[in-house]
This record gives sequence, C-alpha cells and structure tokens, in this order.
Amino acid sequence: MIKVALKGLAGRKLRASLSAFAIILGVAMVSGTFVLTDTMNGAFDSIITQSYKNADVVVSGKTAFDTDSNGNTVQPPSFPESVLAKIKALPDVNAAAGSLTDDKTKLVGRDGKVVAKGGAPNLAFSVDPGGDQRFNPLEVTAGTWPEGPNQVAIDSGTASKQHYAVGDTIGIQSRGPVQTFHVAGIVKLPGVSIGGATMSVFDIPTAQKLFHRAGKLDVIRVQAKSGVSTPQLLAEIKPLLPATVQATDVAAQVKKDKKSVSFTSFIKYFLLAFAGIALFVGSFVIANTLSITIAQRVREFATLRTLGATRRQILKAVVIEAFVVGALGSVVGLFLGLGLAKGLNALFKVIGFDLPTAGTIFATRTIIVSLLVGIVITLVASLRPALRATRVPPIAAVREGATLPPGRFARLMPILALITLALGILLLGYGVLGHGLSTANRLVSLGFGVVLLFFGVSSNAARLVRPLASILGWPATRIGGAAGVLARDNTMRNTKRTASTASALMIGLALVTFVAILGQGIRTSFESAVDQLLKGNYALTATDTFTPLAVSAENQLAKAPNLTTISGVRAGSARIYGSTDNLTGADKNLAKVIHLDWKEGSTAVPAQLGMDGAFVDHKFAKKHHLTLGSPIKVTTPSNHTFTVHVKGVFKLPNGGSPFGSVTISNALFDKNYPSPENEMVFVNVRGGITDANTRILDQQVKGFADAKIQTSAQFKKNFERPINKILILLYVLLLLSVIVSLFGIVNTLVLTVFERTREIGMLRAVGMTRRQTRSMIRHESIVTALIGGVLGMAVGVFLALLVTHALSSEGIVFAVPWTSLVIFVVATILVGVLASIFPARRAARLNVLEALQYE
Amino acid sequence: MSETVAVPAQMAATAAAGEASSAGPVVSATDLTRRYGEGDTAVDALRGVSLDVPKGQLTAVMGPSGSGKSTLMHILAGLDKPTSGEVAIDGTAISKLNDSDLTKLRRRHIGFIFQFFNLLPMLTAEENILLPLSIAGAKPDRPWVDELLDRIGLADRRTHRPAELSGGQQQRVAIGRALVSKPTIVFADEPTGNLDSTTSGEILEVMRSSVDSYGQTTVMVTHDARAAAIADRILFLDDGLIVKELGRSDAHEVISVLEDIAAR
Ligand SMILES: Nc1ncnc2c1ncn2[C@@H]1O[C@H](COP(=O)(O)OP(=O)(O)O)[C@@H](O)[C@H]1O
Ligand SMILES: [Mg+2]
Repeated sequence: MIKVALKGLAGRKLRASLSAFAIILGVAMVSGTFVLTDTMNGAFDSIITQSYKNADVVVSGKTAFDTDSNGNTVQPPSFPESVLAKIKALPDVNAAAGSLTDDKTKLVGRDGKVVAKGGAPNLAFSVDPGGDQRFNPLEVTAGTWPEGPNQVAIDSGTASKQHYAVGDTIGIQSRGPVQTFHVAGIVKLPGVSIGGATMSVFDIPTAQKLFHRAGKLDVIRVQAKSGVSTPQLLAEIKPLLPATVQATDVAAQVKKDKKSVSFTSFIKYFLLAFAGIALFVGSFVIANTLSITIAQRVREFATLRTLGATRRQILKAVVIEAFVVGALGSVVGLFLGLGLAKGLNALFKVIGFDLPTAGTIFATRTIIVSLLVGIVITLVASLRPALRATRVPPIAAVREGATLPPGRFARLMPILALITLALGILLLGYGVLGHGLSTANRLVSLGFGVVLLFFGVSSNAARLVRPLASILGWPATRIGGAAGVLARDNTMRNTKRTASTASALMIGLALVTFVAILGQGIRTSFESAVDQLLKGNYALTATDTFTPLAVSAENQLAKAPNLTTISGVRAGSARIYGSTDNLTGADKNLAKVIHLDWKEGSTAVPAQLGMDGAFVDHKFAKKHHLTLGSPIKVTTPSNHTFTVHVKGVFKLPNGGSPFGSVTISNALFDKNYPSPENEMVFVNVRGGITDANTRILDQQVKGFADAKIQTSAQFKKNFERPINKILILLYVLLLLSVIVSLFGIVNTLVLTVFERTREIGMLRAVGMTRRQTRSMIRHESIVTALIGGVLGMAVGVFLALLVTHALSSEGIVFAVPWTSLVIFVVATILVGVLASIFPARRAARLNVLEALQYE
Repeated sequence: MSETVAVPAQMAATAAAGEASSAGPVVSATDLTRRYGEGDTAVDALRGVSLDVPKGQLTAVMGPSGSGKSTLMHILAGLDKPTSGEVAIDGTAISKLNDSDLTKLRRRHIGFIFQFFNLLPMLTAEENILLPLSIAGAKPDRPWVDELLDRIGLADRRTHRPAELSGGQQQRVAIGRALVSKPTIVFADEPTGNLDSTTSGEILEVMRSSVDSYGQTTVMVTHDARAAAIADRILFLDDGLIVKELGRSDAHEVISVLEDIAAR
C-alpha cells in the first residue's frame, strides 16, 4: 500500500511538486532565518573571542548599566593610565597592554560623508605600534600599524569600497570637525566581515587626543604567567584598582559581551514570525491543493476499496503522500534557505542594517527544525482531505462522475464557520478593548483571534464568491469577451474551491493592508506632533537624522552670522526609577524653537532648570506620581548619581516628542556626561527659511561630515524615513506569503485545467483560439486573486480599525493610505496574471483530439 | 430446445455443488428491493429479487437497460445496501456487517471486473494484478501468478503500464486482478461493454476458461447476447424483477427471450 502511494505520487509529479511549493518558501524562511542569525551570531562570537585573544583578565571602567535605553552597549568610563604600570609590575603578570576604544570616531568617505551608514558602528581603537601585538585581534594586510599624530589604519572593507590605499589621506570625524589623516595601514579581523561597520586605528597618544581622553585608558588586557590561575591573578589585580575600575575574568567578559548582541535573537524571532505566516498560508494552499487532487481521485480510492483496502489504508496512503511531499518540500526549502539567508541579509543592508558576517553556519538545529516544521505542517494540512478520502465508498468505483462525499460534519459546517468567525472577532475585540488584561493575555487573545478570523473568513468565503465574482469579474467580461464570461462563470462553478484558493491570498493582503494603515497612522500622528511642536526654522542633525551628534557641531553652528536662536537637545541614557531610560537636556532658549503645552509650569521652565531642575511629560508624571518639586534620582552610565526636582510637566503630544522621560538643563547634562551629544539642534535665523540662510548654515557646519542642516519641512520628512523603511521591510517579508498564495492559485488552476481537459478540448473544437483559451484562464486567475485581495483588504481594514482604536491613547490614528490600497489592487491583479501564465499555457497547448478523448 | 441445453448446465452445477459438499450456494439473496430517492421521484430499481449463485458456475444477468442489473450486482457484492432483503456471501449475512468486516469479506471472497477497467495508471500490469494481495498484505503465490499471467495472455506485458495496453489487454489485467486472490466469487459488470466485438470474444473466452479450469464462480452482468451465451445460467431481469431463467443457451435463444421481454 505504501508502494502504491509512492508510485501514485511518482505518477503525478507535477501535481505533487505543486503542493510541495506551498511549503518550500515557508521552510526556506525558517531555515534562512536560522542560517542568517546563526551566521551573525557566529561573526559576533568570533569578533568577541578574538578581541580578548591571549588575555586572561580585562580591566575596564565600571558602568551603572551595560546597555542604554536603545539597547546599545554603554561605553565604560576611562581610567588613568597609571593603572597599567601597577599591573605590569605584578610578579604573576606575563604581559599587559592598555588601549582605548571609541564609537564616536568616524571615517569620512571620498564624498565627504561618514562611511558607516544606518547606525552601523564606527569602531575606533588604539594600538601600540612598537609593542608586541599578542592582544591585538587585528591583522595588517597592507602597510604598517599607525604611528604618530596623523596616522590611521583603516579596515579593509572601507579601503576597498571607498578606494583607499596606504599613503592616501582620509578624513576622521571625532569630537570636533573633520581632521585629515594619512592611511598608514589596512587592517582586518581575520575570518570575519564586519558588515557596514568601519574601523579606524590610531596609536595611543593620538587616540587619547582624538577621543578627548588625555592620560587615560579604556581597557587593559592582562595575560598571566603560565601556572598562575585566573582567580589568583584577579585577586592580585583588584587591590590596585580605583573604585570606578573593575577587573573581570575574560571568560566571564566574553559571556557578557555575547549577551549584549542578543538583538540577533530578536531578529530571529521577528523573521520567524514571517516564516510562520508564510507557513500558515502554505498550509491553506496545501489543504486546498490536496482537497482538489483527492476529489479528482475518487474513482481510484473507490477502486482500492473494492479491492479490499480499508479506510485506514486509504488514510495511510494519503498521509504518506503528504509526508513525502512535505519532506521533499522541506528539504528543498532547507537548502533554499541558504540562499534566502543571503537575500535577507541583502534586504537588511538595503534598509541600512548591515551586520557582520563570517562563514555560513548551517546548524543541525536548522536542519531538524526546518524539516520538522515543514513535514508537520504538511501532515496537519493533509489531515482533513485525507479523512475525506476515507469516506469515499467502494461503489464510487462504478459510478460515473462520482464526487467526494461530504465530510461527516458537513451539515454543521456553515454553523461552525459562523461560530469560528464570531469567536475570532470576539477574541480580537476582547484583546483590543478588554480592560486590565496582562500584555501576555492580550497578545494570546489577539493572536488566536487573528488566526480564527482568518479561518472564519476563509470558511465563510464560499458564500461571498458568487456576488464578489459577478462584481469583480465584470471587467473581465468586458475585456475578455466570451473568454472573460466563461472565466467569471468558472470561478463560480466550485465556490468552495475558489474561496479556499482566494483565502490564501486574503491572509497576505490582510496583513499588508493592516501594516500600511498602521504605518499611515503612525506617520500621521508623528506629522501632527511635529507640526504642533516645531517652531524653529532649521534643525541640525546627524546625516541620518537619528544618531546623536557631538556638541562641537552645535558650537560651530552657533557662530553663524545670521543666527538668532540656537537650542540643542542633548540625549543620553540614565537609570531612573530602577530602569534604563532616555534622559535629555534642554537649552534655556528651548521655548523659542519648540512649543510645549505646559500642564504645570510655563514656557519659562526650560530657562529656569538650573543645576537641579527637570521637566517631565504628563505620562511619566502620572506614572510616578510627580508634581512640582518632586525629586527624581538620576544615575548616569558612568555611575554618577544626582537628584533633580520637577519644575514643569508638559503634555506629551500623541506623536511623541524629542524629549526623554526626564529633561534636565544642558549645563547639568554636560557636567555629568563625559562626551555630551545632541540628538538635534534647532535654530532660528534672521529672515526665516531662505536659500541664502540655508547656504550660510550649511557652510558653517561644512567641517562636520556627520552633520546635516535641514529645514523644518525636511526634518519632518526625514524623520518619517525609518517608518517607511520598516514598512518596506514588512512588505518584502509579507511578500513571501503572497508568493505562497500565488502558488496556491497556480495549483488550483493547473488542477482545474487537468479536470476540464475534455471541456477545453470541446471549446477548442468549436472554435476557441489558443489566445482565447489563455485569456480565459488568465481572467479566471485574476478574478480569483481579486476575490482574495478584496477580502484581504477588508479584513486588513477591520484589524487596523481595532488596533488603531486600541492604540489611540498612544496617538495612533486610523488613516487610510489610499495610494497604497490602489497599489495593492494592482499588485493583486498582477498576482493573478503571474499565477495564470503556466496553467494558461498548458491549457492552450492541449491537443484538441487527445483532450476530447481524455478520461 | 432450452431444456436440452439446460441439462449439462444443471449437471455442472451439481458437480460443483458436490465438490463444495454441504457448503450450499456461494451467494444467496432473498427478497431484495432497492429504492432510489424518496417520494414522487422514487425509483424502484429492484422489487423483490431472490436468487442463489451456485459454486463453480458462470451466471449471467441480462435485461434491458435500466432493468436493475447493476443495482442487483452492487447489492450482491456488498457495494450497495438493499432497501430490504438480505444477501449472504459464503453463508455470512452481510447487511449487518460494518465497514471493516465488509472490507475483510471483500478481500477474502470477492473479485471485481469493471466496465471501465479501473486500473491504477501508475502501476504496471503485474503490479495492478498483485494489488489485492499487497493491499491484504499477502505474499503472492509465484507459480499461480505466472500461470495466471499465461492464462490471460499477458506474460510478455507484465511490465507495461495501462496507458501502454489496448482496451482488451487492460481488461485482461483487470481479470487477472480479480482472480489473483482466488476469491469465492467474481463479479463483472458489463466486462465487454467498452470493447469491440473481437476483443470481447477474447475476454469472454478468458472468463469462461477461468470457470472451467479453476471452477471460479462468476456473476456477469451484460446486455450482450453473445456474452450471455458462454454462461452456465442466465437470469433475465425486467423492471426490477427476475422474469426468466435459462440454462446454457446460444445467442439466438437469448435474443428471442430479450425480444419477448421487450414486447411485454
Ligand atoms: N444512484 C442512483 N440513483 C438513482 N437512481 C438510480 C441510481 N442507480 C440506478 N438508478 C435507477 O435504477 C434503475 C436501475 O438501474 P441500473 O441498476 O443501473 O440498471 P441497469 O444496470 O440494468 O441498466 C434505473 O431506472 C436507474 O435510473
Ligand atoms: Mg448497468
């Protein structure tokens, strides 16, 4: 019986591979995600391990917290270099070397802009060119280590991308304006590509000057004499250290550093979520494809039954087929994942997220999980069709045109479908509107709600097929003539089949529409916030609008002749009420460039903050029960603690504000943060926004490769860029599910063509041309796609309505992006056209005579 | 004239019964009725049919189109349930059997030959023939299979797939498949209905020889008088009732009975 099933499968290769397609992409996404994130992790691990090579103990400044509110590693405070000499003097120390590291020293490319883009780190290190390089993870590939006040070594990636060679000059942007350096050498980390990051290496005195850390070090790496244990060494080093400095076992440090790159696991789960969606859609496609093939094989199953096959054997045969299809699809998907990992990496690069890579890691876990997920989903999806196959009675073997008998619960189905839909909507409503739910419960209820909603819509869709097809098929009847009319009528022939084919596309489109509407809502509320807040003429920000900018750029801009007001907003992280939060600094001129709605205090507050004042937004005030005069304790990353008192509370606009939870004066900020930075600087100029004024400001900050002058309108637009980039990322990831559903349409059409071979032969015999045949299939495909598209958009709008309602307190409004919706309709038609190419060609190629004799 | 033919047929039946000793008829049906549909549109396909199929005989069921031949055969074979009445196969009343017992009964006792062959297209001729055994998880008896292949004239076609065989050859495969498990009884519904007359003749010969050589009890539904002429016994059905029974007869006799029925 197994043999029969396998032979049957081999005899229907095309049909089998069609159903396999549905699972391939989802599995590829699972495997690609694992490969990509494992490879990223591998690269980070390799970077981390290499950076402590030969060291047993590392000495570094203590931080109050390891990662800031944006998840970035906090730069530890530096310490006097005299510590190094004391450590070197210890009898058990074999070697010790001090170095500096910095993430605010940037390489400037030939275009005058910072090379590292989109938040990729600018890594800067010191090296001791004369010393032994046992701790140095880098390797010189050309030239030498840098030596002297204007020499730098740069990473090989930048050298090749920006065409720098040893002997060239290159701009370095650190605390002040760009300075020119000579490229003394090209370096690289062996075995790792650092992605979009850049590296610059200086000798120690140069680094100290450039990083504004005269006489200081950031790290000391220590190697013990052989036979000396690490704890013993640690015990010897610790008494020598000032209170703000710590010594750590390298093994522990490596572990800690690896934890700091745990964002790769966020990427992993994020991508797996999309793999899950693609698999969910795939399961619809598989169930539908199998249902159709099984319906077409009623006679075969019945014959087997007359030959003595039990129901169990029929079930087994179908399940084995599904297993083989699932296994084959999963294996193909597994390996396709290797390619997809590259594609995903490229996608991340495009949206400015260029992460390090090393040798591709294809873990056993990847293989097991991918295969398991693919096979299990195929099996689960095959269960219902398989059970229906067991209900084929033996007598169907002798009945002409026997059809699949209805399932055991066929009569309950319409009611079940309605109940599912209602339950889905109820759960969603509960998840969105329910009071006092924990986040976990809310998410669970939303998740199940969405899944039930999709099931509910799909199982009720058959009833909508007729009306939808007659409306959406109208253009087809106009354009396609007789072929178009037949196409439209064909979609109504088996409403269940059309409904389940369209449902797969419905899921993808619902999510795409949902994302588009949510994106538009966020954009709209952000725009209104900017409109409400921003009074200044211009803003000075980093070239990418988001990375903080050294204060020296503000100081330079302050000298512009046309300037009337300049007000920088400092940004940093601090520990406030036990959690790491954003702390911002405001200038006394703030009120002239930013309009805040004061609930307590007045527009005079920013000017009156002094060295102990702060203002907060109304939500933070409410959460921590703050009123005028309430004290707030703030701890900086380098472990300074100070207390400020609330002098004002402003109403946080729905779309957000440039301010952190707590805002102090810039003077107090600068006193507590060693290298203060502005997230943005607002200025007013005489005469307002004019081309002449823009030119003057541009000219003024020309020396800062990482800075950009923007008019308030440009500022608003640029701030929306990340929203748009995220939308693009989400669209591309959802596209995967849409492609899966496209395969679903291909499957249905190919199977339908098989089924209608005789009929198509007849149509051809009575004069239908090949062209008309193709057009008939194409229009059927488009109408089916449009039914899925329209249902999907309706579901998407519904979901977006719910979610924007729930998030209305966060300022997200319900705004329909009409252009996007029109694009989605066009895309749906395109999906229909693409899906029809192969089946239409098969239909048109049918030999009329053979088709008429087809059994 | 019919009596002279009927004698040897009866003798054959007695001989077969003698071999089976006290086993009695292989299949017996009592008071079968079958109603399709309900109310005004109900059709009574069978209106009270009783019959015994003796062992080792070829029984033909004849009658005009729509007279209930197929319905009767389906019910005798346990493919369909009668509205009333009972069928016993090899002494077992089948109306109370559940699906799995019925399946087991099919494996052991019943072989089918269909008008449209119903071969599995992806299996070779031999694999199709062995299918009932592999479904039942039984080992094929090689000498028997080889003999069978010889008998149906497909020894040199065993690796061909149905699509590579002619209609007649396909039907021979189907006969081989029906015989391979040596079932108690073989049912054939219009086995020559889809074949030309020469091929039909060959198929009928194969069927007759299986009865003669192996004592294979067979029930064949047909409306072809030539087919009926190879039978040991012919039952005539009209409007859901057995209206006449003949022993061995030639085609002319069969045709004249059919004409009689048509004239009524
Ligand atoms: N599945 C069915 N549903 C309804 N009526 C049927 C069905 N099968 C057969 N009949 C009717 O029962 C009668 C006998 O049919 P059948 O046994 O196929 O006759 P035969 O095989 O002698 O031509 C006919 O009137 C036919 O229309
Ligand atoms: Mg019939």
